[in-house]
Amino acid sequence: MVSGSNFHRLPEPEHKGLTMTFDGRTIEARGGDSVAAALIAAGVTETRTTPVSGAARGPYCMMGVCFECLMEIDGVQNVQGCMVQVREGMSVRSMAGARTVSDAGNTHGG
Amino acid sequence: MADPVPLLIMGAGPAGLAAAQEAVAAGVGALLLDEQPTGGGQIYRALGEASGERQKTLGADYAAGAPLLGVLSDQGLDHQPGATVWEVTPEGSVYYTREGQARAVSAEQLILCSGALERPMPFPGWTLPGVMTCGAAQILLKGAGVFPARGAVLAGSGPLLLLLAKQLIGAGARLVAVVDTTPADNYRAALMHLPKALRTPGYLLKGLSMIRTLSASGVPWYRGASGLEAIGDDAVAALRFKVRGRQHEVVCGNLFLHQGVVPNVQLSRSLGLEHRWDELQRCWRPSLDDWGASDLERVAVAGDGAGIMGARAAEAHGRLAALGALKRLGVLSENERDRRAAGPRGVYRREILPRPFLDRLYQPHPDYLHPADDTIVCRCEEVTAGQIRKYVELGCLGPNQAKAFGRSGMGPCQGRVCGLSVSEIIAQARGVPLEEVGYYRIRPPIKPVTLGELATLEQPEDA
Repeated sequence: MVSGSNFHRLPEPEHKGLTMTFDGRTIEARGGDSVAAALIAAGVTETRTTPVSGAARGPYCMMGVCFECLMEIDGVQNVQGCMVQVREGMSVRSMAGARTVSDAGNTHGG
Repeated sequence: MADPVPLLIMGAGPAGLAAAQEAVAAGVGALLLDEQPTGGGQIYRALGEASGERQKTLGADYAAGAPLLGVLSDQGLDHQPGATVWEVTPEGSVYYTREGQARAVSAEQLILCSGALERPMPFPGWTLPGVMTCGAAQILLKGAGVFPARGAVLAGSGPLLLLLAKQLIGAGARLVAVVDTTPADNYRAALMHLPKALRTPGYLLKGLSMIRTLSASGVPWYRGASGLEAIGDDAVAALRFKVRGRQHEVVCGNLFLHQGVVPNVQLSRSLGLEHRWDELQRCWRPSLDDWGASDLERVAVAGDGAGIMGARAAEAHGRLAALGALKRLGVLSENERDRRAAGPRGVYRREILPRPFLDRLYQPHPDYLHPADDTIVCRCEEVTAGQIRKYVELGCLGPNQAKAFGRSGMGPCQGRVCGLSVSEIIAQARGVPLEEVGYYRIRPPIKPVTLGELATLEQPEDA
């Protein structure tokens, strides 16, 4: 799927490479990427299912308005993936429905 | 809470940066809070870090923001990026979260520069993964140098649709199609505003250049399209639409939508400022005086958040709002305020001349103001247009009552995406003007804040 991405990068060799994981899969990112941008570049379209009907959703506005790109970032659920910059070794998971209260780390912000 | 800062500016786009420049020039220490990681707003997003390649792809209007960015490193300005404001009070208290910590600050004067957001474009399938806004595509390009090299369709209406097409073609993308929904009637209706627009011809010349690029590219350009429908199971796979009664279908991996931008009124609404309906722009805007000042003595609004005006006008408007605030602070005399305002006032007046033409030309197609019954309008709570109409049959009078009927506007985006659609649908179903239907009541916190973050907030000593 990574090689099948419809998205390309401009030729910018000066940007530093970073690595993160999404649902256990390794994703190559670049310094300055938001988590949502790195996933889109890697060919990921679906990043959560809705709490209401379980429908698939992915990032929509990329500017913090729509809350479609909610994901779990380093153990914190319901974080806007477009508003967080990638850090080396970050662990990202898709959100399935609403956040759960049992997970540790929920009381801390991004 | 510490001593109040004299001037607090929210939003580091052209209006906020220009306001900060005026404050620094007058020797006033301003605080600039911005939600994004780097200054520039969406229009000049990540410009300070953008490579030459990125600047070349995005064009001269993007690079033109560079002189505004200098103020971010000025000693006289306290720029705090990554700051999410979740409450502002009429008395000038501002609550925000930064680096996982809640903070409070108070200010004698506030300027809200929260910019614009994309007008919703609801039609069946617009919630599928792979469907995004044209603004999102630009953000990918500006912030990450990422662009859809193949399989993309652009659909909708407005200058950004054409600008994005030009930028993507320039980057080497092979677009599947551009599907233009501008109603044919709009061209005729906009003509009466053309003479005024021609007095600031730059915008129209840029538009012609975009049209030339798109025409010469060989990308199929469908005009007068209606009845859009995105098809796919877990992601968008195709776009269906009609042109002059004939059905078309184009296969795509990504679909980028646009039908203009509207003021982001979340903060100004939460403060209870009066907003009036702008029929030409089909959006709400706060009621302000010539200095962007609201009916609250501490609060001004500048830039696209005050009404869609574009980056250059927003910059001038930000200066005017700052000069007005500096006068209220007693820093500038009336004469000095007016002397400094002469330049920006002229720029502002000149730059807004083409607006009525553009606003009328790109008024949304009725399909996307009053979508078909099976179309989701509230994406968060998955409420359809048909459900909203059903609520009206049951006696629902406006968007706030609609919340009680079916939770529209009560999901995480707090009505930012569906607000205009819900008001339009109710107004049409009731057969009354939009002003009578009104808008969602916006209450703090306007962005989610966790109890853990709240617990880090320092209590004011006198509380």
